[in-house]
Amino acid sequence: MLKIKNLHASVEDKKILKGINLEVNPGEIHAIMGPNGSGKSTLASVIAGREDFQITRGKIEFDGEDLDDMAPEERAHKGIFLSFQYPVEIPGVTVTNFIRTAINETRKARGLEEMPANQMLKMIREKAELLDIDRKFLSRSLNEGFSGGEKKRNEIFQMAMLEPKLAILDETDSGLDIDALRIVANGVNKLRTPENAVIVITHYQRLLEYIVPDFVHVLHNGKIAKSGTKELALELEEKGYDWIKQEAVL
Amino acid sequence: MNLKEKLIASFIAFENQVDLDNPVHEIRSEAIRNFEQKGFPHRKMEAWKYTSLDRLQKVDFSLFPSKDNDLEYRDVKKYFLHEVDTYKIVFIDGIYSSYLSETTHDGVDICLMSSALSKPIYKPIIDVYFNKAASREETLTSLNTAFTREGAYIYIPKHKAPRKPIEIVHFSTGNEAALMLQPRNLIIVEENAELQVIERHQSLTGNETLTNSVTEVFAAKNAIVDYYKVQNDRESASLIDNTYIRQKDNSQVSVHTFSFGGKLTRNNLNFYQDGEHIQSTLKGVTILGEKQHVDHHTLVHHQQPHCESHQDYKGIYGERSTGVFNGKIIVDRLAQKTNAFQQNNNLLISDKASVNTKPQLEIFADDVRCSHGCTIGQLDQDALFYLQARGIPKKEAAALLMYAFANNVLESVRLPELKLRINKLIAQKLGVRLGFEL
Repeated sequence: MLKIKNLHASVEDKKILKGINLEVNPGEIHAIMGPNGSGKSTLASVIAGREDFQITRGKIEFDGEDLDDMAPEERAHKGIFLSFQYPVEIPGVTVTNFIRTAINETRKARGLEEMPANQMLKMIREKAELLDIDRKFLSRSLNEGFSGGEKKRNEIFQMAMLEPKLAILDETDSGLDIDALRIVANGVNKLRTPENAVIVITHYQRLLEYIVPDFVHVLHNGKIAKSGTKELALELEEKGYDWIKQEAVL
Repeated sequence: MNLKEKLIASFIAFENQVDLDNPVHEIRSEAIRNFEQKGFPHRKMEAWKYTSLDRLQKVDFSLFPSKDNDLEYRDVKKYFLHEVDTYKIVFIDGIYSSYLSETTHDGVDICLMSSALSKPIYKPIIDVYFNKAASREETLTSLNTAFTREGAYIYIPKHKAPRKPIEIVHFSTGNEAALMLQPRNLIIVEENAELQVIERHQSLTGNETLTNSVTEVFAAKNAIVDYYKVQNDRESASLIDNTYIRQKDNSQVSVHTFSFGGKLTRNNLNFYQDGEHIQSTLKGVTILGEKQHVDHHTLVHHQQPHCESHQDYKGIYGERSTGVFNGKIIVDRLAQKTNAFQQNNNLLISDKASVNTKPQLEIFADDVRCSHGCTIGQLDQDALFYLQARGIPKKEAAALLMYAFANNVLESVRLPELKLRINKLIAQKLGVRLGFEL
């Protein structure tokens, strides 16, 4: 599904990613861990198509297509979803109206009719229930005055509505208390199918107790320093990141 | 003959035509002398540095339309509110249209300036209020005063509130090649009375119009006035709006100015707080494109203690449009405990658009809170990426963000239908299908 080959990327001439190789197949969950500044969020932004990052070498393929020339919205239409670490506040546009716009733009790009209002409402109701979201919340302005936890839950709600093939969760666990974390993780697990895949980006092992990864990769200094299974996350939790850094130096 | 000469030359004929014995004759004469002496404002004057009237002065404007023009309601229906019933004071090429209007004398007076100036029963009111808020120094205000003949006259007695909002609408039909209009409005809201007004100037063809309007509003103790100015005229229309508001104790007056159209628009909005515990609200949304120009000059004069003013102007400038915001706040030595807030935020969405913004604070009291801020910027790239990553194309995403930027100024609009229509106008101006009904 996603093939990243020798990816180098910079922002304002600063090299951040220095040769990433990663392959994600349908049905898999990959965790990307690493210390602050290792390039985790940059990798997420580059996959989603953020324009301030330049790919200087290597490439990203999604379902066999090169993503390089695709705008962020085109990538979204192909089924890539990024849950933001810092979701943006948009006053005057309700959560419901926003999600309706996003869904209908995506359908339009795929040559489909707009989703009928009653179908949309039904879907909104189901997904809100799945994530234990109060209906009143949906008529509030997008992210405006939301707590950290509400913003993250709203991100996962949008993911549930958009049903992406590949979801990238960038530090979704930060700002969540344990109950909210459980609800969000539960939501993500329920949305899993054999056809879709998830990349979980996190600093801590905590979230991975709930969303159990098939593979764990440790990012350090713009490269994947180590890959393994879920046991690697536990090892990191125990030992910290220093031993990875030392290994990388060696 | 340039416009100034033409105006002065026609003044005598105008006075003969109206009524020389009228008590306002003296006021008119004094005003024309002021205009004759000073002429049109020019760009060497600080207050007119960014707005030039040079081109307009070369246009051969008709000052008095030659004939009455009729309009069918169905042709102009879209310029009125529909879902709420309103009183209407409608003018076609400066002449009152009784057919399109709905006035009243039932407990309140919602009628015409021409009646108020000519009928003896209104004389005591005219003596007390006419030209008492308007400046006698400002040359364009004097020009309007000299030619005062028609406009809206609204008098709301103590403890009254008209059952419905009032729409003041000026149409120009384009039957003249170029037409200059000078409407004059006088609005008096007595103690504990309330009023909502919507004012609009609308050209119906591409023929040039220049409107130099003066509105005086007097809000007595505890009065509440909401005034909405909808400026969405065609590219052929220029407007100079001079509004003077005088407030007494505990009154609340708000003016919302929506500037979405016209070729050149100058808003001179002046608030004088002549009492304690007054609230003044000045809000504006400006969305311009092409070569449109809007100049907002506001003045809030705090004269007494414990008063508030709240200004929030948002501007979005595209293509080659230009904007000005000049917000002056004066706090007199007496006006302790004043709370004055001023904010002007602008988005430039084209390299060729420009905006000049300037706060001007003159504070003579020591125990006051005055905050002001102005920004000129571009769209937030983080926000744009967020929307795009959710599948919303860049153009729509940008429009949605601009919509959100302008939208919060509307929170204080207390007429739901107007709020909805302005919302839709904003969306339409920004060229976006929002993908949902507002």
